[in-house]
Amino acid sequence: MTKTLDRTEIGLLIALPLLILVAFILPKWIVNYVHVSMGTGLVALGVMIQMRAGLVSFGQGLYFCVGGYAAGMMAKFLGVTDFFVLLASGIVAALILSALLGFLLRRYREIFFAMLTLAVSMILFGLLSSTEELGSTDGFNLPTPSYLGWTPEGDTAQFMLYTLTCAIAIGCAIALNRFLKSPIGYVNEAIRENELRVEYLGTSAHQAVHITYVLAAIVSAVGGVLWALPLGHVDPEMTNWTTSGQFVFVSILSGTGNIAAPMIGTFILEIVRVYAVEISPNTWQMILGSVMLLTIIFLPKGLWSLLTRKTRTKKSAGANASVAGE
Amino acid sequence: MTTILETKNLEMKFGAVYAAKDINISIAAGEVVGVIGSNGAGKTTFVNMVTGYLTPTSGQISYRGKSITGKATRDITRLGICRSFQIPQLFPELTVIENVLIALTISKQHKPVLFKPAIDRALEGEAHDLLARFDIDRYADQEIQTLPQGVRKLVDIAMATVAEPELLFLDEPTSGVSADEKMDLMRILIDALKTTDTAVLFIEHDMEIVEAFSPRCVAFYEGTILADGPTADVLENDKVREFVIGSEFHREAAQETAKEGAS
Amino acid sequence: MLTATAIAVDGLGFAAWLFLSSVGLTLIYGVMRILNIAHGGFYALGAYSSAWAIGIYTATGSTVALSFLLIPLAALIAGVIAGLVVERGVLRFMYGRDEVLMVLVTYAIFLILEDVTKLIWGTESYVAWQPAFYFGTVEIFDIPYTVYKFIIIGTAIAVGLALYLVLNKTRVGKLLLVVIEDREISGALGINVTRFFTVTFVVGAILGALGGAITAPEISVSPGIGAEIIVLSFAVIVIGGMGSIGGAMIGALIVGFARAASVHLYPPAELFSIYLVMAAVLAVKPYGLFALAESRKI
Repeated sequence: MTKTLDRTEIGLLIALPLLILVAFILPKWIVNYVHVSMGTGLVALGVMIQMRAGLVSFGQGLYFCVGGYAAGMMAKFLGVTDFFVLLASGIVAALILSALLGFLLRRYREIFFAMLTLAVSMILFGLLSSTEELGSTDGFNLPTPSYLGWTPEGDTAQFMLYTLTCAIAIGCAIALNRFLKSPIGYVNEAIRENELRVEYLGTSAHQAVHITYVLAAIVSAVGGVLWALPLGHVDPEMTNWTTSGQFVFVSILSGTGNIAAPMIGTFILEIVRVYAVEISPNTWQMILGSVMLLTIIFLPKGLWSLLTRKTRTKKSAGANASVAGE
Repeated sequence: MTTILETKNLEMKFGAVYAAKDINISIAAGEVVGVIGSNGAGKTTFVNMVTGYLTPTSGQISYRGKSITGKATRDITRLGICRSFQIPQLFPELTVIENVLIALTISKQHKPVLFKPAIDRALEGEAHDLLARFDIDRYADQEIQTLPQGVRKLVDIAMATVAEPELLFLDEPTSGVSADEKMDLMRILIDALKTTDTAVLFIEHDMEIVEAFSPRCVAFYEGTILADGPTADVLENDKVREFVIGSEFHREAAQETAKEGAS
Repeated sequence: MLTATAIAVDGLGFAAWLFLSSVGLTLIYGVMRILNIAHGGFYALGAYSSAWAIGIYTATGSTVALSFLLIPLAALIAGVIAGLVVERGVLRFMYGRDEVLMVLVTYAIFLILEDVTKLIWGTESYVAWQPAFYFGTVEIFDIPYTVYKFIIIGTAIAVGLALYLVLNKTRVGKLLLVVIEDREISGALGINVTRFFTVTFVVGAILGALGGAITAPEISVSPGIGAEIIVLSFAVIVIGGMGSIGGAMIGALIVGFARAASVHLYPPAELFSIYLVMAAVLAVKPYGLFALAESRKI
């Protein structure tokens, strides 16, 4: 493992203390949005790393929901409140499910992959919506988490959760950044461009897709737990394909160029949504759709490409940077 | 000379059509073989079968004594057989150097490693060296989709050599390249490949090139092998003259007429 | 005997509904290779137009019998307008682009259509049950079924037959089959592929709207029915093979009977019957029963 950090990772590490600082300076409602978008931002990251391989997951909400519900069920049925155990349960659930489903989905690409992931997520939606023990469409509540025996209350509890959330989210982002620059990360880009050639170069495209799928699932499940805990609630909407569509939207908008982009994009989306829904609730989706269309037509590599357009032609940092797309 | 590849009665059937029948070929280490035959004669089908893209409907392929019939392409590549393509199969939106870097990364990485960076200065150096060997290093930072066919072909072939194959199939390496450049291209290629003592089998429509670069020639016709032996003999063979070269001659003549018509 | 009849009739009814709700999607995919998520939007537009029109009409006290005409009328108008606007306004600038990109484009359009529907008709539910009960019920082995159910079955058969005849017996249809096979060669042969695309898309939109319009009298039309139908129609056309109309029919029948069977024999499986069928089919034929052939690359 190399110890040198690239620009993005340094940026992310600097962001961590800044985010914590934010909790003290900015008004509570902004901090809440930052907190919430850490969770959903991770799911968008999950979509993004798969998009690098040319795969659009229209059902990433599946693992978002699996994470939240796994943690929730541990709390509800086994009385567990420890944050780390809840997080671990989300990860384990996602790992097992994605490892299994991955065997089926890794064989598909393009439209089929997109729509099959959608279908699978809706299977869970149907399951949860009709399971009374889990609250059906209402879902159920989660308790305030404890931390290795200590149960803080009030503001301390919120701060503790917020700090851990930020740290874990940043950690995941850095890990994923490394993933994108690892051999599999490049194989993914190659798969997107020409899968046949990948096989001819000597590696299994299916395996790379499977691994990426599992990784994205785990990250999304972590996002689900981190999102559900401050909210104190989970419901089947987490896995509705309309929710998944929003993660896709963020990925398109922010592009696949940089790990930080989907997280920033998620935060902006959350803030804009609040205002848009307040001003005109019946045009929010129209705005989303239009922005998406405009992005696809005029900025196919997402908004982040606006920042990197110049650096690509300069070639200053060598091939390394441009393949990773910083 | 040790035989490294041997096919026995290879056959490829699509429905009722034989794309290839009774293909028996042996290739020795370091050999250079030219393959001729008109379009649809089964040359690419043969390469597709040996490299695992197609599974033959009957027959065996063995490499260094072990059977590779029906093995996956990626496994065959790892064993030491690589190929280039008639239509270059590259990563179009990436640059030339990026294409090669990916090829190098994959060939060096046997197990999936998740969090270790794939590309470092050393690898970049190797990539540039490889491009220099094929005389295309000056295109390193250009996107594939902006480049002319000749350069794409070379990138395609360069990538095929990354896995250091013992046997390399080149599918029409000079097609799409202008007549004057063909010879130069082949010279660059064969020189680059001689340094690694790779056995080369190249599919070619230009008889001059076949004569100039391959001591042995195999002629395909309608899915079967018409002749297989020293190039001079094969090109003199009556049947080959009638069914293969005759058609080549007509093709070249037609191209000449077309050129005259356009000017 | 009773259960068998119940399954048969329910199965047929559900299959008819599924077919009508997904044939537009598979037609558009077959011809244009676009997986049109906006199909859900057309469905919703058809449902709302139909429910609203029937509502207004029946409020005038006129004979309910004529309200039946409003269904295809609503579908036609909604389909033509929405179809033309989408195709001419957005899609035609994007032909030839990556298939997945087109899915994202149609998804964006779907989002827009959802709000268009909300802006026009608001967010409350619309009910227009009159046509569904007008002809009353009919009893088969003592089980009551609305005659409307058979009207839906009849419509599905009619639509299926019409499509079959147009595609196989008319000149236009045969040209369309050529376009389905290979868009590039069709163009090279002199077929005006762009015009075919426009017409196909509009027809697909009308069919999508028809699915919604004919369903409207049986449900409470509210926001969200568009999103629901997408998953179902996708599953049906995947089972049958995307782009195959005959496949859509067979897919609809298989799912219809599977669902009916589970309703009467093992209710917990009802919701997933469609996915179980899909999984079973994909296990054997990864791209559906009658998937379109793809040509070799190298």
